[in-house]
Amino acid sequence: MEHTLASLEEEHHVGGGRKEIYRVTIILSVLTALELGLGFAMMYMPYESLERHLFKGIILILMLSKAFYIVGYFMHLKHEIRNMVMTIVVPLFLFVWFIIAFLADGNSFRNDKNTWDRGHKERSQQQMPTKEEGSTHKME
Amino acid sequence: MATTATTPRMWNGGRSPFNLEYGKVMMWYFLMSDSFTFGALLIAYGTTRFATNGWPNPNKVFDKAPFIGGGFPLVYVSFMTFVLIISSVTMVLAVHEGHKMNRKGVVKYLILTIIGGLIFLGSQAWEWTHLYMEGAWWGRNPFPNYDGTISTTNFTNFFFTITGFHGFHVFSGVVINIIMLIMTLKGTFDRRGHYLMIEKAGLYWHFVDLVWVFVFTCFYLV
Repeated sequence: MEHTLASLEEEHHVGGGRKEIYRVTIILSVLTALELGLGFAMMYMPYESLERHLFKGIILILMLSKAFYIVGYFMHLKHEIRNMVMTIVVPLFLFVWFIIAFLADGNSFRNDKNTWDRGHKERSQQQMPTKEEGSTHKME
Repeated sequence: MATTATTPRMWNGGRSPFNLEYGKVMMWYFLMSDSFTFGALLIAYGTTRFATNGWPNPNKVFDKAPFIGGGFPLVYVSFMTFVLIISSVTMVLAVHEGHKMNRKGVVKYLILTIIGGLIFLGSQAWEWTHLYMEGAWWGRNPFPNYDGTISTTNFTNFFFTITGFHGFHVFSGVVINIIMLIMTLKGTFDRRGHYLMIEKAGLYWHFVDLVWVFVFTCFYLV
């Protein structure tokens, strides 16, 4: 046991150390700032417009790259042995099916309800009565 | 480099195949399973959102911040996001100091990480309280959809469930970090001869930050 730990300690110092930490910090901050910038820009776009969807797509790509930097560098996975990385990453590919199948299912469910259940569509088109001022901030 | 391990000697035993300590490997597998829990919650949210006519505008719902009031979308949540990223950075630095067996450094960065976690938890408590006072809770949604139509409670149900589950993870992360801090101060790791325990706590803490990247994007931005 002692032998294993000693050899672990020796081989653990791969990766760039402090410099790499600061580099990844800057990358993560820049990516977050970009996401926020896109989020602010999106507010002025019409609801359900093409450019809005495009911006959402870009934000999702930025999100995935942030995840890559956190897992790869902060969690050190990029510097682990390839077989170890594969035991973590390969199961995650299940998400590809998971996301596509379920979002498509939700979408078709909405379409079916709007097509076949007239009442449902009409109910969801009712305007919400606007609250009178001062009714907020009240504990129930 | 670790890649020198890919020789036939690999099969002779006496060598750690993943070159990682048992507890760290298990922490990785726990985090992978936890990512499926969060993934399932977020996908359920996405599915429901796709299945619902209309959705509240997050820029209208989350436009408040303490001290400055309403009308500032994204401001407070960006603050929370940066706090969590920076606390993740201080955690890496704590692990880094642990490699060098520098107890003082580990203590310093662990304290900073704990403070970051507490600021995040406090911010979340403020936000939940505020939303509650506006009438939002599980089963209640005072916010109209983008186009002013009546909204369902799907939005609030998923918001409180998922940010609540994430907040619970942050809370346990802070508790784990406090335990690590006590153990470091008592010199447990110096006696043990390694700071691997800090690395395991660090993995968990980074995972909490990682989940927030997804939660933040799915609820506040997209």
